Amino acid sequence: MNALLLRTVSSRLFWPIVMLLVLVLINVIAFPDFLTVTVKDGHLFGSIIDILRNGAPTLIIAVGMTLVIATRGIDLSVGAVAAISGAVACSILLGSSDPGNPGTVAVAVIVALVISLVLGVWNGFLVSVIGIQPIIATLILMTAGRGVAMLITEGQILTVNSAPFKELGSGFWLGIPVAVVIGAVIFAVAALLTRRTALGMLIESVGINPEASRQAGVRARVLLFTVYAFCALSAGIAGLILTANQTAADANNTGLFIELDAILAVVIGGTSLAGGRYSLAGTLVGALVIQTLVTTVYTVGIPPIVTMVFKAAVVTAVCLLQSPTTNAAFAQLRQRLAARTARVKEAAAS
Amino acid sequence: MTEPVVEMSAISISFPGVKALDDVSFRMFPGEVHSLMGENGAGKSTLIKALTGVYQIDSGTIVVDGQPVSFTGPAAAQAAGIATVYQEVNLLPNLSVAENILLGREPRRFGSIDGRAMRRRAAELLDGLNLDIDPGSLLGSHSLAIQQLVAIARAINVDAKVLILDEPTSSLDADEVAELFRVIRSLRDSGVAILFVSHFLDQIYEITDRLTVLRNGRLVGEYLTEELLRIDLVQKMIGKELTVLDEIGRKAHSADGDGAAADRPAEYARAEGLGRKGAIEPFDLVIGEGEVIGLAGLLGSGRTELARILGGIDRADSGTLTVGGAGSKLRTPRQAISRRIAYSSEDRRGEGIIDELTVRDNIVLALQADRGWFRPIPKKRQEELAQSYIQALNIRPANPDALVRNLSGGNQQKVLLARWLAIAPRLLILDEPTRGIDIGAKAEIQKLVYTLAENGMSVVFISAELEEVLRLAHRVVVLRDRRLVADIENDGLTVDALLALIADGSVAEEGGVPDAPAAVSGSGAARASVADTRPDADTDPAPLETSGDRR
Repeated sequence: MNALLLRTVSSRLFWPIVMLLVLVLINVIAFPDFLTVTVKDGHLFGSIIDILRNGAPTLIIAVGMTLVIATRGIDLSVGAVAAISGAVACSILLGSSDPGNPGTVAVAVIVALVISLVLGVWNGFLVSVIGIQPIIATLILMTAGRGVAMLITEGQILTVNSAPFKELGSGFWLGIPVAVVIGAVIFAVAALLTRRTALGMLIESVGINPEASRQAGVRARVLLFTVYAFCALSAGIAGLILTANQTAADANNTGLFIELDAILAVVIGGTSLAGGRYSLAGTLVGALVIQTLVTTVYTVGIPPIVTMVFKAAVVTAVCLLQSPTTNAAFAQLRQRLAARTARVKEAAAS
Repeated sequence: MTEPVVEMSAISISFPGVKALDDVSFRMFPGEVHSLMGENGAGKSTLIKALTGVYQIDSGTIVVDGQPVSFTGPAAAQAAGIATVYQEVNLLPNLSVAENILLGREPRRFGSIDGRAMRRRAAELLDGLNLDIDPGSLLGSHSLAIQQLVAIARAINVDAKVLILDEPTSSLDADEVAELFRVIRSLRDSGVAILFVSHFLDQIYEITDRLTVLRNGRLVGEYLTEELLRIDLVQKMIGKELTVLDEIGRKAHSADGDGAAADRPAEYARAEGLGRKGAIEPFDLVIGEGEVIGLAGLLGSGRTELARILGGIDRADSGTLTVGGAGSKLRTPRQAISRRIAYSSEDRRGEGIIDELTVRDNIVLALQADRGWFRPIPKKRQEELAQSYIQALNIRPANPDALVRNLSGGNQQKVLLARWLAIAPRLLILDEPTRGIDIGAKAEIQKLVYTLAENGMSVVFISAELEEVLRLAHRVVVLRDRRLVADIENDGLTVDALLALIADGSVAEEGGVPDAPAAVSGSGAARASVADTRPDADTDPAPLETSGDRR
């Protein structure tokens, strides 16, 4: 029993899951109907469903970010890529004679995703061929990307009126929000692609010890291209969902700060920024924690202006709980308390 | 005789699982240059760190200037007059020379730094070293040698009684070394005790007065430099190990007992003029099928550099390599692996194991990388591979899911070996596979090398322990000063003969050393056999000559 408890507590996912449950509990206390899911017009409705749907873009990007971080990298450009992807899709739809045609929407989506992929390859090129530090290499696209999106939208907010496109953001498929379905598919694809092939092991190997991996014949360059391309692709998909949800492409605000949320989700999920072992399941929990947090801010009635501060507090708490240093300090404290109790008992006995 | 300024007695320091220093005594005299000698893992740097307060000693006493001391940290050692200049110059290139010299001890006036006084003090110190540079100039604008001297100026600013120079010459050229030596001599004459650590034997003999030799964490002895022949020094550093392993050697040699030049094994790989600037001079080498070639030489002799080029880790910038009859350019380790050449690095932690991954992942890594990520080795096959190597190499704990970081050094080495064996190599290059591991694991690895060669695998084997090289190798290649100096059949070759070859150039340079001929008698025989058994004596005589001959 004790051993099982110890294993559970020392699992990387323990504290993030506890945090998630605590947040849910707070919401249930403040808003007893929080967990209720109802069916309206054959669609699922409820706070939980909202959290899943609104959290999908962050989750999708965080999945790509997890793989990048596992190689000791980071991708700051995901927000900008999301904006570009949305802008490309909207400008194609606006330029066509029939934006409501599913064929036109398919073309817009595919072009947007191909461009996202190209941007990812660019990041991969800067990091693996030129050898620029990932944080700097992706910072280039983070800043320049918003400008590119502005060029595409010509400085306007492009509002589109296309029913099939809107489905991506707010539609339902078999009663489940389309965004949630897309998120689940991306998550599953990433999990299968890395864990059913050797990709995951090789990514971790490069992240843990690049030189030893090189000497073992691992092609780090190909791996880096792959993870940055995948990360940008997931950013492109997230950008489409965000844009479709607003039915408008906003070069300045689509996906703003989403890179920070994605990185937070990865870190909360227990993947180290130093690279190496990663956990996609952890990232899933991390993304849910972040989205639940945002929802909690509204349900509990915290003024939206201090949302960021609240978020920071929760993230600090999770990180402290996971940190080896704090855990060591806790263990020491526990030992000292136990020793004192033993002494007191001894004194009482004698 | 003067009193020693530093006297360390019966020092012991242990790290988890290793006794780094065992009952070592060491002393330094004012006005003397002293050197600590020993191969990797001998305990040199541990002893230095004990003296500079970086490590706490487990037992023993340190007396500095007649006072027993107990250093709580580097600052305490500095306060006691022990100054250290590390191998990597740890100064600030974007500050001025004067600022660097007096960093943290700036002369002050009304609470702010007195720039003028600072430059004056720095100029005095530089003058003391006979160094003519502008104290106001940026440190980064000077050569590494000058920076090294500035580091010394900084060190002696605090009235140092003891100056420790750890590998100060490793990145300097000959002129710069001469400049450094001039400064060292003038400091020595002013009564400072200097500890000079270097692996360049020539420099040791040029500058030092006294030597302390360590081996495997134990004191071998303290000697006056002029009374110790180079060959004896090398022998003391490398040592003679009485081991339980001799039987492997007997087996190895009885197996190919006749060992005549006539039945040379079929050629597997041939290097012609292969070299890399700054790493190793162009060399020729023929590797036969099922042949074990031992590389012998001191640290820094080029033995690792040669192996890294053969293994495709570093690119050669001259010469050709022919593998299995076809010319091949090895530009990456990946290409070497696809030709079934495996190089196992001497730096197990830095370049070998992936410590956060499991034993199984580590074993299949190279094989998987060779197949490509989209063709994963089936889980069942991975399990088989891991289990069979865990059994064959006796890896403990026998758990494929254990993280490699939690294994002992010897077991980590075995996991690494398993990784290379899993790609079924034709040529296996092992760089110090037995360093820092216990004697049992050592014997197992030696036995393995012997068996592999029996089955037709070519092996290049590097070890600082000559007994080990002689026990396993069919042929021994000797390196010195980044050059291949001899390539000999291991046919009755003795440790003494090998030692002579390793130290040879130095003996020859010494010239008037009286018993050099006696010491080299073994090597005379060895050299004779060079001429006799060389497989292709006509084609390339140059690299097979010893440099001693040439000089």
